[in-house]
Amino acid sequence: MSLFKRNPDPMGPLDYSRRLSLRLTVGLTLFFLYAPILGLIVFSFNDSRRNIVWRGFTTDYYVKLFNNDALMLAFGNSLTIALVTTLFSTVLGALTAYVLWRYRFPGKAVYEGGMALPIVIPEICMGVAMMVFFARIGWPSGMIWPFNLSAITIAHIAFSFPFAAIVIRARLESFNPELAECARDLGASEYRVFADVVVPHMKPGLIAGALLAFTLSLDDFVITFFTSGPDTVTFPVKIYSMVRFSVTPEVNAASTVLILLTLVVTAFALRMQNRNNMLGSAAH
Amino acid sequence: MENWKRSARAFFTAFTPPTFWLVAFFIVPLSLIWLYSFSAKTGVVDITLDWNLDQYARALEPLYLGIFWKSILMAAATTAICLVVAFPVAIAIVFSKPTMRMWLLLLVILPFWTNLLIRTYALIAVLRTNGFINWGLDWLVTNADRALSLIGLGDNRIVGPFEPLTLLYNNTAVVFGLVYVSLPFMVLPLYAALDRLDRSYLEASLDLGAGHIRTFFSIVVPLALPGIASGIVITFIPAMGSYLTPDLLGGTDSQMIANVIASQFKQANNWPFGAALSFLLMYATFFALAIRAVLMRKEGRGDVK
Repeated sequence: MSLFKRNPDPMGPLDYSRRLSLRLTVGLTLFFLYAPILGLIVFSFNDSRRNIVWRGFTTDYYVKLFNNDALMLAFGNSLTIALVTTLFSTVLGALTAYVLWRYRFPGKAVYEGGMALPIVIPEICMGVAMMVFFARIGWPSGMIWPFNLSAITIAHIAFSFPFAAIVIRARLESFNPELAECARDLGASEYRVFADVVVPHMKPGLIAGALLAFTLSLDDFVITFFTSGPDTVTFPVKIYSMVRFSVTPEVNAASTVLILLTLVVTAFALRMQNRNNMLGSAAH
Repeated sequence: MENWKRSARAFFTAFTPPTFWLVAFFIVPLSLIWLYSFSAKTGVVDITLDWNLDQYARALEPLYLGIFWKSILMAAATTAICLVVAFPVAIAIVFSKPTMRMWLLLLVILPFWTNLLIRTYALIAVLRTNGFINWGLDWLVTNADRALSLIGLGDNRIVGPFEPLTLLYNNTAVVFGLVYVSLPFMVLPLYAALDRLDRSYLEASLDLGAGHIRTFFSIVVPLALPGIASGIVITFIPAMGSYLTPDLLGGTDSQMIANVIASQFKQANNWPFGAALSFLLMYATFFALAIRAVLMRKEGRGDVK
């Protein structure tokens, strides 16, 4: 990387990335984007309640975090919801992608638009719609765990699977339909063609879609906030109630855990997507 | 692509589950609040559908019109700041070496994957009265005073004593927060537009004696216009509908439309009015998306030529 080394070539007129002013802008922007998050992470290890001056390293707040039953329950809820959402979203997303990729049918443009709706409408609108819907149809509340999470999970699936469908469909673009024709000619049933020919090709897309659905569900606050009740608190909703209260190292620690979890999942997803693209371009 | 009739059974097997989910758990809930928006609140929990437009009329009262206008202004300010910041960043990314470009793009996108709530919370720690910025300013002022006391001008005669700035719980904080969370939205479309740009135009312009500034405004901006418009729209839409940022960073007078919708559904318990406001926000979103679609189509036509 030539950030500090002097580049021996003279600067061309279009070498904008080598101009000091532009480098400075990029550096400042990245600082602006990262400094608050890094500050948050660093000060979760700070041995002081008034967490602004560094008083030494401690992991006390993480210990406290793991001994905080309410927070751990919220964390468990979030993971449960995210896992179920991932499963359903991947299946529904794959089916959507397959239908849109394979078939021509009347009203397809409208159908595609409808599938994009959960992605484009403001979260608040979907949140209140879900809240009204579950209140209106009298969705049972106060069921035993994990069924008390069903309303939140249903809402999460509704906004996650269109995202998964987009990712999976992008993967299907590199699939050669003649392979499916071939299998059909050789006597495979529709189900066998789908399970043995299409799905293996879809696999990286399925994984990327699943990871996307997982992070979307784990991260969601607004829609969950409107569908959750007093005993169905998720991790972000719990953090929100702590944040409203005050800025404390416990919140920093809880946030750090969530950041870490999302980062790991995202790193996996990006790797999958990369492989996806590489395989895609290799197939052409 | 094949006609669905050729294998109708397979088509319906794949078509039914996602369609059911979308209709039952998305279209129906939205239709429900659409119906509510034409209803009247007749009791504490009673709502009757009588197809009146009273809720929409109420949304046009100065108080709510003002909040709509304020949301638009805040989102517009956010978009403008993002555009000014993101343009040089996008230029720098486009003109870097391929490996560097990938890393820079990744660095810009990564915060996007961090929870919105956590990013907003991180800003509270930066902006609050005893937050990082005030702490840094305090340090600067105290040390400047100490330095001045060496030449006999100390004891806060010229600078200080330091008064912490109120950076949090006002409109500026909300715009700051919105810029913070929406910057990646702007960088990506600008990057995509600039990446498609034919560089020989820039070279020609520079060869013919135009400066970098002139080249930027007469060549880069017109050619990247569809990308710029796209960036503006996809930054503006989420900013206008944002709930969390004004809720956590704003003061009592920085309520945006989403906060009013939320309070109508929660504290005020006036669902029909909240529903009407939701749909007005959605119509505004669709309008912005339609503009983007028109501009994108224009760009598509330009490519054919």
